[in-house]
Amino acid sequence: MSRLVVENLTKIFSLGFFSRRHIEAVKNISFKIEGREIVSLVGESGSGKTTTAKMILRLFPPTSGKILFEGKDIWKDLKDQESIRDFRRKVHAVFQDPFASYNPFYPVERTLWQAVNLLEKKLSNKKEALELIKESLVRVGIDPKDILGKYPHQISGGQKQRIMIARCWILKPLLIVADEPTSMIDASCRGGIIQLLEELREVEGTSIIFITHDLGLAYYVSDNIFVMKDGEIVERGHPDKVVLEPTHEYSKLLVESIPKLYRKLEGL
Amino acid sequence: MLLKVENAKAYYKLEKVSVKAVDGVSFEIFEDEVVGVVGESGSGKTTLSNLVSMNILKPLTLVEGKILLKINGEFKEISSMSREEVKKKLWGKEVTIVPQSAMNALMPTIRMAKYVEHLAHSHDLAEEKLLAKAEKRFEEVGLDPLWLKRYPFELSGGMKQRAVIAIATILNPKLLIVDEPTSALDVVNQRVFLKVLMQLKRMGIVRSIIFITHDIATVRQIADRMIVMYAGKIVEISSMEEILRKPLHPYTRGLLNSVLTPEPEIRKRGISVIPGAPPNLISPPHGCRFHPRCPHVMDICKEKDPPLEEVEEGRRVACFLYSEERR
Repeated sequence: MSRLVVENLTKIFSLGFFSRRHIEAVKNISFKIEGREIVSLVGESGSGKTTTAKMILRLFPPTSGKILFEGKDIWKDLKDQESIRDFRRKVHAVFQDPFASYNPFYPVERTLWQAVNLLEKKLSNKKEALELIKESLVRVGIDPKDILGKYPHQISGGQKQRIMIARCWILKPLLIVADEPTSMIDASCRGGIIQLLEELREVEGTSIIFITHDLGLAYYVSDNIFVMKDGEIVERGHPDKVVLEPTHEYSKLLVESIPKLYRKLEGL
Repeated sequence: MLLKVENAKAYYKLEKVSVKAVDGVSFEIFEDEVVGVVGESGSGKTTLSNLVSMNILKPLTLVEGKILLKINGEFKEISSMSREEVKKKLWGKEVTIVPQSAMNALMPTIRMAKYVEHLAHSHDLAEEKLLAKAEKRFEEVGLDPLWLKRYPFELSGGMKQRAVIAIATILNPKLLIVDEPTSALDVVNQRVFLKVLMQLKRMGIVRSIIFITHDIATVRQIADRMIVMYAGKIVEISSMEEILRKPLHPYTRGLLNSVLTPEPEIRKRGISVIPGAPPNLISPPHGCRFHPRCPHVMDICKEKDPPLEEVEEGRRVACFLYSEERR
């Protein structure tokens, strides 16, 4: 059984009150993700990649089509609060803007306490929970002393993104949806975030979906790449195939235009 | 040689402390070349560009050093000019800077042509003549001259950036400084913009270009040489090809190894991480500023500041790994 199956997924947004306009943000896309697999949805802004991610995260419902997570349709089979809670435990999101993921009025470790409360196995006491939090922070390369008790404005963007991944070490989700997780942090920290996500995959067998416009990142981390354009998947396959031998006009243009380190663009 | 910067130190002087954003840099820009300046955020790249264009406003203060620019065949010390002189004699004609996100600073309720008129006023030139020149320049950067009569919000991001470059180079400045010009553009527009820059240089409208960015893969496309900055200092200057083939400074190596582009070499190489974070520039670390993050740190690095020394022809590195002094 695939970990996640997306079948004929479509999302149509209706705009306007009197004269309704319809925008087809996602058009009939299908793909599968296995356990321990990293895939990337690549596309420019407006290509429907974030809309797809939000439907997978159960943030808004698709117009038609199915999303099966561990064999269950996440929009039809999760009927009670407990099964939705269970889904939230197993599917985790890491968003682009690390500043927006934290409430500025609370210390940063609040997000970690919330993760602890979400755990299936209730911890007997606070001390045990604190140990778990500290352990998760060490896993993502942060000294717990440096951040416990601090507020979001006192720590850097890279650290905030690391704490989001520390949450993943507490919850041990089966699937992580990472929407542009590295686009707002400095180049020298970016590699660290990617390595942490890869480590999580190695140790826990987590599947990861990267939502990104950065084909370089997708090429480097993924087992499979899906290139999206105007709501459709126009190119799919192994990174080497997509990047080195693209077949669709759009992906050809995309690969061609991206500045490379070891090759010069032609005709400048 | 077009520009020479000698041991320039520029600090942001605040009430009690100074932020040492540029701390003792020396370099030169030759005629007819493109130089890339790269580094992380907070490494002093933008302060350096303000320094070279003499856009020095409080709290930024030039504490030490000289900046020399070739004007009419001889070197003039522009760092001793008054702001009035700088505005009249330097900006637009000799040096032009296109600051970061200049395209977003365009006033949405002013037609593009108005900016050309402003330029004519500030340099006491005839409006009509300059407007005619602007129309030609718009064509040269691939924009219909009709856009001069439009408002900025009617132009797309890529068009705005080209319009800004067209207006900035009307008076044929010798040195063009562009600060992160491509970071807000998508890859297709980035490519168009790079092409426009190279065309301006080929046509002799500008002589040399300083391209400031954090994106090495972009600047690599057009730059002849690269200056790598870290924490307010230059750590390496080298020709682009050499630095890509063999980066010498450990920071340059780390920076290059964190670049991800869709190329088979990158997948093979893997991604590496520079541990830690850039230092606080109010009280930077003693000795080499990179030593707390450096994988090759030695005892001398913690005590002495490595000078920027020539190690091969045309290559300068500030690192004790390549210096005689460590022995």
